[in-house]
Amino acid sequence: MLAVRISPPRILSRPALIVQRNMLVYRHSSMVIISGFFEPLFYLFSMGFGVGSLIGNVSLGNGTSVSYAVFVAPALLASAAMNGAIYETSNNFFYKLKYAKLYDAIISTPMSLTDVARGEVMWALLRGSLYAIGFLAVIAILGLAGTGLMSSPLGLLAFPASMIVGYGFAGAGLAATTFVRKWRDFDYLQLAIMPMFLFSGTFYPIDAYPPALQVFVQCTPLYRGVHLIRALTTGTPDPVLLIDVVYLLAMGTIGLAITSRRLGKLLLS
Amino acid sequence: MVLGVRLGRPGAVASRRSLRFLEHNLLVFRRGWFNYLLAGISQPFLYLIAMGIGLGLYVNRNGGLPGGVPYLDYIAPALLVTQAMMAAAFESAWPIMAKIRWDKTYEAALNTPLETMDLLLGDLMWIAFRTTLLSVLFLAVIVALGAAASPLVVLAVPVAVLTALAFAAPIMAFTATQDGDGGLNAVFRFGITPLFLFSGTFFPIEKLPPFLQPVAWVTPLYHGVAAARALALGQVEPVGMTVHLAAIAFVFLVGIVAGRIALTRRLVV
Amino acid sequence: MIGAPEGLWATARSSHDPWRPAERRRERPERRRERPERRRERPERRRVASGVQTGRRRYHRNVADTPELQAPLIHARGLTKCFGTFTAVDGIDFDVAPGEAFGFLGPNGAGKTSTMRMIGTVSPVTSGELTVFGLDPARDGARIRARLGVVPQADTLDNELSVLENLLIYGRYFGLSWSESRRRAKELLEFVQLTERSNDKVEPLSGGMKRRLVIARSLINEPSLLLLDEPTTGLDPQARHLLWDRLYRLKQRGVTLCLTTHYMDEAEQLCDRLVVMDQAKIVAEGSPRQLIDKYVTKEVLELRFNRADNETDDSAHLGNRLEGLAERVEQLPDRVLAYTADGEAASAKAHERGLRPASVLVRRSSLEDVFLRLTGRSLVE
Repeated sequence: MLAVRISPPRILSRPALIVQRNMLVYRHSSMVIISGFFEPLFYLFSMGFGVGSLIGNVSLGNGTSVSYAVFVAPALLASAAMNGAIYETSNNFFYKLKYAKLYDAIISTPMSLTDVARGEVMWALLRGSLYAIGFLAVIAILGLAGTGLMSSPLGLLAFPASMIVGYGFAGAGLAATTFVRKWRDFDYLQLAIMPMFLFSGTFYPIDAYPPALQVFVQCTPLYRGVHLIRALTTGTPDPVLLIDVVYLLAMGTIGLAITSRRLGKLLLS
Repeated sequence: MVLGVRLGRPGAVASRRSLRFLEHNLLVFRRGWFNYLLAGISQPFLYLIAMGIGLGLYVNRNGGLPGGVPYLDYIAPALLVTQAMMAAAFESAWPIMAKIRWDKTYEAALNTPLETMDLLLGDLMWIAFRTTLLSVLFLAVIVALGAAASPLVVLAVPVAVLTALAFAAPIMAFTATQDGDGGLNAVFRFGITPLFLFSGTFFPIEKLPPFLQPVAWVTPLYHGVAAARALALGQVEPVGMTVHLAAIAFVFLVGIVAGRIALTRRLVV
Repeated sequence: MIGAPEGLWATARSSHDPWRPAERRRERPERRRERPERRRERPERRRVASGVQTGRRRYHRNVADTPELQAPLIHARGLTKCFGTFTAVDGIDFDVAPGEAFGFLGPNGAGKTSTMRMIGTVSPVTSGELTVFGLDPARDGARIRARLGVVPQADTLDNELSVLENLLIYGRYFGLSWSESRRRAKELLEFVQLTERSNDKVEPLSGGMKRRLVIARSLINEPSLLLLDEPTTGLDPQARHLLWDRLYRLKQRGVTLCLTTHYMDEAEQLCDRLVVMDQAKIVAEGSPRQLIDKYVTKEVLELRFNRADNETDDSAHLGNRLEGLAERVEQLPDRVLAYTADGEAASAKAHERGLRPASVLVRRSSLEDVFLRLTGRSLVE
């Protein structure tokens, strides 16, 4: 007879079990994970150095002027954090939710729906942090090589900052996905992500826009993320950074709360 | 084993039968064509606005491009070609994987008088049809924005479609050799994305490090972009144009042969 | 009951079967009445023709000697299929005559599917001889497939299309016009009882419905030969019986059926004649009844012992105690089979010898027993 007493896992470690499950899955396809590291680098070289050679210097709006590569690199880091979080919490999460019926199986164990939501966010962040570390390492090396990509030790804070960006988008992404009914609906998600990626002050300063549009762009989460990370890597922090941090943390936390409630409706009905 | 591969007989009969297979796709396309066009056109359109107009402001201010070509005019034909290439690359990856492995539509079709060559040509025609639709739509956008200097830009559409096919055929061949979609992801991450960024789309390949320039030269996308740009700017040189078109056509034909062998090996064993 | 309109199969047979002699085509009713007799005759002939010969050679000699079976729809001699160094089909001989239901019975991996794929001309023959409708698959694949209906092992339905559209486009692959394809598609949906689901997507259909749809699809070109690879594997009993009923109707209309299965009951239900395949070879051939008569006794006595008994009675000992009880005794891990003409008598004798099994069952022999006899293994593991 099995005499082993099975005690439920402790509350704090339960979301980590979701992460462990995802790591098991990706152990067989680590290529998918590793390859994601290269995409922001390709953009950095193409935009930062290629297109940068056509542009010269760009003004940061506070009197300083930097090379285009220095301007675009932090934006690419923020975008990578957003894309990683969104990808993991949209298509992948939807597949597990609707097709693999993974969570139906999980919630018949001591795991709760909140554990599931937290675990998926942790996983998205873990994956995002790999990319952030890789990207920052390249920036730091190029910075030492004299490109000025990382001119301040504050730049190292870009790593936790990119985690905050990832957290905000992961929470929002999960929440949005719980409302998705079919794959086609993700086209609409792309219609929100794509313009943000291109127009949130990522590739050029937003002072090119009319004032009303500038205010609108400043309200988008990616703009806040880009602003946060750019201030750190260029060594030009200002008090507005606090707004960025609070905005993104709130987005992630509200997203998580919505996700738990929606999962309850979807799975426990 | 190569000798044992049944290649069938190409020719008039094959092309009529592949038309039959094309009908299959049209039947599917009756639903969801609007979403397809919307999703297909929105990305290049957003890039055109963000890069051509937004970023173009800074490029033009700096006098970045030789000959004073506006940046919008410079990237518009390139985006016309890359959007066709991207759409075709996608179409020849996951949907083909589904037809081979997941839904086994090809297997069912091969139980009828159709041959592998009919399936290959039928789906290539289908991709040509869809990329033509997208390209014409995008051409209308370019013309509406006044981003084409020469009426010859109309001919950029067939160039875009031919370039798309030069990607579709070899990628279909590659897809036929794959068991899962891990390899397809790798093609996009390490093939399509870098090509999109480094084939002279956003900046002249002369700005690339010298050792990379020959690499750009051998890719069909570079030739497609160069040919389309020459047409759009009205700067056609007969020799250069011939080289570009020949290079694209060569890759396309090699892709068909490879696709036929790969599909036959996959399905007729 | 809902059935296909008569016209469909009547025209199919007359226009699609040039292999059938003209006079027989005209005298179809007589021929049908004759068939049971012919079948009854064949065992006699076989015994005469085969004598003490064993193995597959006997069969093709016998086949060649039988006048009715000349100009077979499928003709194979020494048919072999290798994948690299692995031999999936190893030099098999068989013929399938027009109008018959022919089965390949065997466990998974016996080479059934490879054989079916070669017949379907989607797998090149490695060596040996194979003709379908008298044509060479390597040269005339498209012509052969034009007259073939194929029901593959996996449902290869197009999930992006509706039920009706799946049939429509498949008809187009055969070169039918849209209107003709639509007419046949509607008839066939009626035939497989899926008319109400015409405009539904394929995905939510049940396994049995999908299978019926695949069968309807395979009939869109009014084939004279229908290839079915494990038509009912994975279906519930009700769905299986419905499918069997439809296949039986097709057979009655003169469609030649060629199917693989690892279910004995399916083979017994559907097949006029079958071959038993094991490890890439044909190990026996005949009608289900003939095979049972030839290889096993009329009845089987099944004895199950409690585990405790088995432990005290080691198997050799048990074998000794059953000695002479039946013509043949098979010891399986979970039970003992005693082959005998009279199961009840054997059971009584076993009791006299002091055997106390936990359960006793007397049943008629089946193809499962034939397979066990021929290969020493059971069919479904």
